[in-house]
Amino acid sequence: MKPNRAGLVGLLYAMPALLFVAALVIYPLGQLFYTSLTSTSLLGGGKFIGLGNYEKAFNDSTFWSALGFTLKYTLFITPVLMGGGFLLALLTWQNTRLKQFTRGVIFMPWVIGLATSSLLWYWLFDHRVGPINKILVDLNLIEAPLAWFTDAELGLWAVIISVTWKVIGFGTILFVAAIQSIDGEITEASMIDGASYWQRVRRIILPLSTRSILLTTLISVVGSMVAFDQFYIMTQGGPKTDTFTSVYWMYQNSFIYFKLGYGSALAIILTVIIFIGAATQVALTRPRGTE
Amino acid sequence: MTSMSVGTATHPAAGKAPTIAGEKKHTRYIVAAVCIFLIALMLFPVFMSLLASIKTPAEAMAAPPTYLPHALSLDNYFKVYDYQVGLPVYLFNSLAVAFLTIVFCLVLAVPAAYGLARFPVPGKEILFVVLLLGLMIPYQALVTPLYLMFSKIGLSNSLVGLALIHTIVQLPFSVFLLRNSFEAIPKALEEAAVTDGCNSWQTLWRVFLPLVKAGIVTVVLFAFIASWNEFLGALIFMSRESNFTIPIMLVNVRTGQHGAIDWGALQAGVVIAVLPCIAIYVLLQKYYMSGFLSGAVK
Repeated sequence: MKPNRAGLVGLLYAMPALLFVAALVIYPLGQLFYTSLTSTSLLGGGKFIGLGNYEKAFNDSTFWSALGFTLKYTLFITPVLMGGGFLLALLTWQNTRLKQFTRGVIFMPWVIGLATSSLLWYWLFDHRVGPINKILVDLNLIEAPLAWFTDAELGLWAVIISVTWKVIGFGTILFVAAIQSIDGEITEASMIDGASYWQRVRRIILPLSTRSILLTTLISVVGSMVAFDQFYIMTQGGPKTDTFTSVYWMYQNSFIYFKLGYGSALAIILTVIIFIGAATQVALTRPRGTE
Repeated sequence: MTSMSVGTATHPAAGKAPTIAGEKKHTRYIVAAVCIFLIALMLFPVFMSLLASIKTPAEAMAAPPTYLPHALSLDNYFKVYDYQVGLPVYLFNSLAVAFLTIVFCLVLAVPAAYGLARFPVPGKEILFVVLLLGLMIPYQALVTPLYLMFSKIGLSNSLVGLALIHTIVQLPFSVFLLRNSFEAIPKALEEAAVTDGCNSWQTLWRVFLPLVKAGIVTVVLFAFIASWNEFLGALIFMSRESNFTIPIMLVNVRTGQHGAIDWGALQAGVVIAVLPCIAIYVLLQKYYMSGFLSGAVK
């Protein structure tokens, strides 16, 4: 086959997937932008209002508090996940039976759905029937059961604890892979030089895992910025609107208040924020050596 | 469960020599104790849920709760079985959507990955990034226009429609992973096939597909788990009771009737939702981990 004909054949193979993305990602994105410039309602109707919805978002205190809350959640959970994940990787990276098994168990909740695990933790934290309050009371750590989800701060921590349980293994596994790929000779040489364990961690393991840490942090930040399931299920946005996240507030406007135009503007703002993070992630992830 | 080994594929020699010899004995005991504590901590929520699900419905609602069931009962499971239109319908919906998602992902991703990995397509790096757009644009933002579009063409409240949504989410990973698999195949094998008179389609089916089997299994696994667990899309697109998937059914069990939550039934539902994922994870961990690592770090 001549090169240009072979190229055409290759393109034909890729065509169905490209058309799929064009129809179900690119076209809807255009549609989303157009809708964001209108006052469309879920019940139909609506007219072109230019940047009205964006102006409205700018003056919408709940939009700002939801964005702020999402950032707060991201800022709180990311260090927990990265730091915790890295410590767990340091603890379990060697391939002994017990450590491999520990790794396997730590990663296990990752395969469970976020909605399902949120319902599980919603029960664990319940102030009447939840085992967590029962344990805390029995250990005399608290006097009476805590109502975790009627307080924004407690609710946030309940969600952080539950999500940490579910996804901490993600970072751990990636960090384990990074640590295992470090050349054993470097570590041995440093031990001969008398480096202590923490010196080795700081001077060798951490610097050589930078790329992996950066990538995992990005994935985690992007994931936290689009948080929805866990708050929809556990705190239900409350008390008042204190635990609404950006995606939740968008969902609420589009599908509960039927304000599709406004919801679309919120979605566009979210897309811009996420795109920057996710594009960086893809740039870092692309296989080296194929370009 | 001794087969639970994670991340061993990366470096066969890693983990043996350096530190184990240097570790002092008491450090090793402490590390072992910490590991066992962590295992207990991670298993605790699932274990408690399992215990709650086999309590009698009355005991499962007791405040404060009991730690261990006083009497065993499967009543909570019967209640979930009979919930609204019945568990079999919800199981069918979830399985059908997952199955369709798998089919869509394979039908689209296998040829695309083949085309972009083995042919001199002009601008293929750009096309590749286009296929990864679903990763960069949050589908949470796309559900609004997709909802309008699907309502118009009769794909809301449809299993096919929801599977298309799940395919949007899962396609980038599938293409990414399969392209790596296709690229790893030596050129000589392809040339041999051409010499034998295979056209590109036959080469794909007879020579390449058997070689990327591991990649395909991984794509199927991830598509299944992603679809089985997906929540926001199902919440928006499935508004009719008879079309709910398992996660949406669970949220409705939680909401309960007349404000009272049926805690026992909820935990029975959680166990049912969690079981297939954990079973797949334990049985097919090799594929799961290799896919996970190649999808995220390479």
